[in-house]
Amino acid sequence: MYSLNHVLLVMAAVLCFASAVTRAQTPAYSKVGRTPSEEEIRAWDIAISTDGKELPPGRGTAKEGAVIYAQKCVACHGQSLEGSPLGTALVGGKGTLATTRPVKSIGSYWAFATTVWDYINRAMPRNQEGSLKPDEVYALTAFVLFRNEIIQESDVMDARTLPKIQMPNRNGFVPPRLEDIPDPRKRGCRLGHCP
Amino acid sequence: MNSKKPGRRRFLKEGAALAGLAVGAIRSASGQTLAPETPAGKPKDTLAYGERSQFVNSLRIGTNGRYGMDNPELPRASRDYGIRTPLQDSVGIITPSSLHFIVSHGYDSPNIDPRQHRLLIHGLVDRPLSFTLEELERLPSVSRIHFVECAGNSTASGAVFVPGAARVAPTGTVQQVHGLTSCSEWTGVLLSLLLREAGVKNGATWIIAEGAEQGMHIKSIPLEKALDDVLVAYGMNGEPVRPQQGYPLRLLVPGWEGINNVKWLRRIKVVDQPYMGMRESTRYPSLRVDGKARWFQFEMGPKSVILRPSGGQKLSGPGFHQITGLAWSGGGMIRRVEVSTDGGRTWKDAAIQGPVHSKAHTRFRLDWNWNGEETVLQSRCTDERNEVQPTVAEVGKIYGVNLTADFFKERPDTLIHFNAIQSWRVNRDGSVQNVFA
Ligand code: HEC
Repeated sequence: MYSLNHVLLVMAAVLCFASAVTRAQTPAYSKVGRTPSEEEIRAWDIAISTDGKELPPGRGTAKEGAVIYAQKCVACHGQSLEGSPLGTALVGGKGTLATTRPVKSIGSYWAFATTVWDYINRAMPRNQEGSLKPDEVYALTAFVLFRNEIIQESDVMDARTLPKIQMPNRNGFVPPRLEDIPDPRKRGCRLGHCP
Repeated sequence: MNSKKPGRRRFLKEGAALAGLAVGAIRSASGQTLAPETPAGKPKDTLAYGERSQFVNSLRIGTNGRYGMDNPELPRASRDYGIRTPLQDSVGIITPSSLHFIVSHGYDSPNIDPRQHRLLIHGLVDRPLSFTLEELERLPSVSRIHFVECAGNSTASGAVFVPGAARVAPTGTVQQVHGLTSCSEWTGVLLSLLLREAGVKNGATWIIAEGAEQGMHIKSIPLEKALDDVLVAYGMNGEPVRPQQGYPLRLLVPGWEGINNVKWLRRIKVVDQPYMGMRESTRYPSLRVDGKARWFQFEMGPKSVILRPSGGQKLSGPGFHQITGLAWSGGGMIRRVEVSTDGGRTWKDAAIQGPVHSKAHTRFRLDWNWNGEETVLQSRCTDERNEVQPTVAEVGKIYGVNLTADFFKERPDTLIHFNAIQSWRVNRDGSVQNVFA
């Protein structure tokens, strides 16, 4: 008896608590919006964070990437990744950021290797966006990082290795810590300018 | 299917197919019928959809007068990245939708069938949700007047190339220099409402928003702002948002640099960190002289500019002229606009046209009798936080550099958010010229 009462009491307390929580969270408008299926979310959920937790299975090396690059990228980005009127340079610019002619490339400027993967995956090759398979994106990312002397030619890029890459200019941004970005006051921004 | 664009087409088609599965459910939920498959015919009759007078010819221009933004065959360097609003012709505070500035990073406006379009909200939420346009239109709506301004507007950066050249050139016009700002009445649903419906989980600190164009622009925005005044807009100046402005849905992030206002919005994910998308982490930071770059600068500062008289115009002669222009600030309402007709020696309060809207273009006017002598006209505004629009020298001081035209020629790299006071010189013959000082 005691135990049943006890259980009921606890259950009541839990229910009260639960309803208090859900009251605050209950949707206010009935039958507006639909619950998307898991696969629907998965198909759209392509953005890659800096810790790479959304990276799909797959792998690639610079060697493999070179072959794909020659087929799908060279026309715009050039033989030596030097760029052309059709596409930006993918290498170069090391040590130029504090000069009067800064060159902002993946090697000299980009802070995260995950951004390279995400951008190639969503936006390249131009006019065929979204056509690359994960293995190809890993291989092309490896190729670009290798040609920027950030990794070795045989290094395998996958969901585990890619987020660990330390980009040369990772500390070239203010504020350096991502947690410190949202508060402009703490950052000393005023008049629309951040110091 | 167009064989030239298999990748994204396939992607969109799959998305549409997935979304299509749910159409029946949505219909029964809303109980409303959808519009017929194709409209009866495109009415060319101006009684059906009006046109302006044939004598009115105010036009947007591209950077240096070039267009071709949507032509991927054109070399990147000659494609156009900023289609500018003819501010010199504007009256009042609303930019006609046909003249709203366009920056879409070289991508075509996608041609989106609103019945196929979905807005997905997911991530750190209790209930992921997918909305049709029709459903969003059923939710409580708000209309707000806000400017949208490109972070690179008004700058002299790129001074040796386009587009900053105009800011330091005597021939610079207000459209060339400042035409990347526009102001509209936007109608839609507050993002805070949608996020409340989805139930934001503990630990969430950011959202990412994503567009449906070929390059699928992605932008990270702090959750605090997302829950404040951000709109998911489907209406613009009394009609659906124009395709070049994001039809059928766009994000409207009041007062913040244009890049946040994701067009063709199709996805919002609630997350716990910024995702460092390509544009926010590599294109929109601005470099300091020490080689470090400021990223995520968010808010556009107080800015004003005289539109009449302005560069390239000509005063008919001495006598009465009303000076008029626009002021705006990402920090809130404009409180005060002062105008100098003597190159900054003395300032007079301009009349402000009410009602004044927060984070919106605000019209100011000052009656002026020109005595026929050479002089320099300037305006400066103060917003509700008492932030005063800086001079060129003061912007330089913030950055610890001496901002001259030569500085920009030496360092053409991006110094964006440039909200310094604009000076126009009136010459004795009545011609008006840009002055960089
Ligand atoms: C039709 C021309 C074209 C092709 C083909 C092309 N790109 Fe690009 N790429 C561009 C352009 C243009 C940009 C700059 C886009 C922008 O700034 O909006 C770019 C930018 C990039 C960037 C960002 C670099 C930076 O620093 O801005 C990467 C990485 C990249 N491309 C990789 C690739 C890869 C890998 C391929 C092959 C799968 C490829 N591209 C194929 C035109 C092309």
